[in-house]
Amino acid sequence: MTADVEFMVAGEVLTAALSGEIDHHTAATLREKVDEQIDRRMPKRLILDFSGVGFMDSSGVGLILGRSKRMQATGGEVSVRGVSEQVGKMLRLANIKG
Amino acid sequence: MNTNKVKITFFSRSANEAFARGAVAAFVAPLDPTVAELSDIKTAVSEAVTNCIVHAYPDTVGQIELTAEVQENQKLILTISDKGVGIENIERAMQPMFTTGSPEERAGLGFAVMKSFMDEVKVRSKPQKGTKVTMVKYIRSR
Ligand SMILES: Nc1ncnc2c1ncn2[C@@H]1O[C@H](COP(=O)(O)OP(=O)(O)OP(=O)(O)O)[C@@H](O)[C@H]1O
Ligand SMILES: [Mg+2]
Repeated sequence: MTADVEFMVAGEVLTAALSGEIDHHTAATLREKVDEQIDRRMPKRLILDFSGVGFMDSSGVGLILGRSKRMQATGGEVSVRGVSEQVGKMLRLANIKG
Repeated sequence: MNTNKVKITFFSRSANEAFARGAVAAFVAPLDPTVAELSDIKTAVSEAVTNCIVHAYPDTVGQIELTAEVQENQKLILTISDKGVGIENIERAMQPMFTTGSPEERAGLGFAVMKSFMDEVKVRSKPQKGTKVTMVKYIRSR
């Protein structure tokens, strides 16, 4: 595994701190882990923290958009933080506010 | 800087996405790219290789061929080819947000990323024969 995710819970806010390299290979496991936490904790807000991410391709955008749809389905929302230059370039292309 | 070329063939296993961009990063290192240039190149390679794994060989493990070449004036030429299912309508496939993959996972951004991060992108494809993506980037000399 060259990517990982750690979770922090504060009230109704779930923070997922992502780290490593996010590509199609690693996104599958990250997605499973995040979704499991969403299902278990049912947060109002999910914060995806990219501070520890050294590489991300469009699979990371898919990860954000997919979680966003899931959260919206239960009236929740997703925000993104800790965006580096490289991750920011990808998010701008996808029209996601960092 | 002398001209140089390498060719790598590898299985369409997702673990090779990191291998492919790492190999290209090592190949371009002597050109002394900036951090931003290097990350653009690695991202474009990751997109093209992932497309072979996800779309070209959806239910099989096939071969992916990657070539990296450096010519005069720090011109980097990358090709990524597969012998997979091919693309019927290339123009449509290259439109941002277009995807035949599952919308839960895929953003339909791969080609848009390649086009915006590299200087030139060309796609040749034949249904049932395969696809070849050629990308060019000029590494600014510092
Ligand atoms: N090597 C290939 N072989 C067959 N079809 C391809 C190949 N590369 C791309 N395609 C087709 O082109 C479409 C667009 O590719 P693109 O990379 O832009 O988006 P995506 O792969 O669907 O999503 P994302 O890259 O954001 O995860 C794909 O959905 C697929 O139908
Ligand atoms: Mg793609």
